[in-house]
Amino acid sequence: MKRTTLTLILAGIIFTLIIPISQAGEKQIVVQGSTTVLPIAQAAAEVFMQNNPQADLSIRGGGSGNGIASLIDGTCDIADSSRPMKDKEILLCQEKGVSPVPHIIAMDGIAVIVHPSNLIQGLTTEQIKDIYIGKITNWKELGGEDQKIVVVSRDSSSGTYEIFETIVLQGKKVTPESLSQTSNQTVATIISTTKGAIGYVGLGYISSNVKALQVNEVIPEKAMVINGTYPISRSLFMYTNGAPQGITIDFIKFIWSQEGQKIVEEQGFIPLP
Amino acid sequence: MKGKQHLKEKIIKNIFFLSSLTSIFFLLGISFILFKEGLPLFREIDLKSFLWGKSWYPTYNPPEFGLLPLILGTLWVTLGALIIAVPLGISAAIYISELAPPKIKDYLKLAIEMLTSIPSVIYGFLGIVVLGPWLQNLLNLSIGLCSLTASLLLALMAIPTIASISEEALFSVPKDYKEASYALGATKWETIAQVTVPAAFSGINTAVLLGMGRVIGETMTVLMVAGGAAIIPHSFLQPVRTITATIALEMGETVVGSNHYYALFAIACVLFIISLTLNLSADYFLNKFRRISR
Repeated sequence: MKRTTLTLILAGIIFTLIIPISQAGEKQIVVQGSTTVLPIAQAAAEVFMQNNPQADLSIRGGGSGNGIASLIDGTCDIADSSRPMKDKEILLCQEKGVSPVPHIIAMDGIAVIVHPSNLIQGLTTEQIKDIYIGKITNWKELGGEDQKIVVVSRDSSSGTYEIFETIVLQGKKVTPESLSQTSNQTVATIISTTKGAIGYVGLGYISSNVKALQVNEVIPEKAMVINGTYPISRSLFMYTNGAPQGITIDFIKFIWSQEGQKIVEEQGFIPLP
Repeated sequence: MKGKQHLKEKIIKNIFFLSSLTSIFFLLGISFILFKEGLPLFREIDLKSFLWGKSWYPTYNPPEFGLLPLILGTLWVTLGALIIAVPLGISAAIYISELAPPKIKDYLKLAIEMLTSIPSVIYGFLGIVVLGPWLQNLLNLSIGLCSLTASLLLALMAIPTIASISEEALFSVPKDYKEASYALGATKWETIAQVTVPAAFSGINTAVLLGMGRVIGETMTVLMVAGGAAIIPHSFLQPVRTITATIALEMGETVVGSNHYYALFAIACVLFIISLTLNLSADYFLNKFRRISR
């Protein structure tokens, strides 16, 4: 009995070892990270692989934090990120001998949206901050109807939240009564069906179901982000370990090209100036 | 010839043995990883402020890792779900087991089984698109994504579990008990209420505990429907956030190896312990019930 068991265990171990060894040998470019950048990466990869049949790209999501961790571990070639790297991540890079190089591939604006029936046309960043920290709780305080403000936000480690927090909240705490949602789309859906709701989404998610407010009297649209007058905007990054080589740099150059930037626009983002 | 048969049996026996070992292996492996990644949190924060802290602000400076709103959120939606599911589930079980004509019994059982085959993300979707707005209009709420909505949907998920296991428990009550009760002059309802149900009590207990286990671990539905506000719940009509929703919401973007990452593993440990306790007690009651009905 003992010998048979041992043989089976040995066979099992050898089998599980063979599988990864047989995978090595194909060079695949792994792009991983932010779910905001994901649609751009996917759309661009499809076209890129059509134009370059020998290229093999694998595009994954998982979040900006996830992508950067992957880059540091060496399990991906490009890390998509909707925020710049944090100090802790840079420290980790130094420890592991990784030198992260940021490449800005697109711009994004964040629009503040409310239900279409809301009377308010625009708010200042100060007023938006007061709503989100819980100081203003009813629309009538801002000249609107007597309606409780339903504050919709994102989870605190989302790249979208980070930019909103830095620019609008300026480091203050979001009220715990805010409803944290998983994605831009969920926020937009809630705003479109809830009269007193306010939320923030990427520019690409503005539709006729919601009303995008002016912020500091600036309309949230592409031209305003490009010329720098719209206050809540951010860059979207692709990080590589050191200067990118081979197919990696070709892919990034493709996104920078006219064709690539057109894809950026089609996905609802803002091309680089 | 005999030797070859013997070898074949030995091999098959070993394969089954190894398969059963793998479940223990995975269970130990998962517990190990949960605790390995969760314990480093306690270098930064002590257990008391973790368990009783009232604010969950993991990315703030300095970060706050208070579990209380999350664990109370989990318990709150679970309580709401059980208040709805336990009476409905047990009543359904009593009807199926004691009162239904055989044909209806089969259809009812089938219908209840089919409720389990609906994926939880579909419940979540129905919650956002149908139930939430409907409750919002009906009860004039500021938003329909609240713990009531979540509890209603979770109850739909728990009812099949509670009903089928309770039905099995009621069915296993020995006929002699019922016959003795009728012989003493009791009506059908008196028999059910005072003899059958109490006799099946351990089994019904198991059913409720397993239903509770299912509800506590539910992620997708509560993520989409409960609202996501990390506050201490004081009403069923306000949005809440559960442990499961927090993990699903925040894990993707956390910096691996940061305190936030350890905190998420720590709350996962708490959830794991609660789940394990529920399942072990369900197991305890199940054994008691099996012993009685034998």
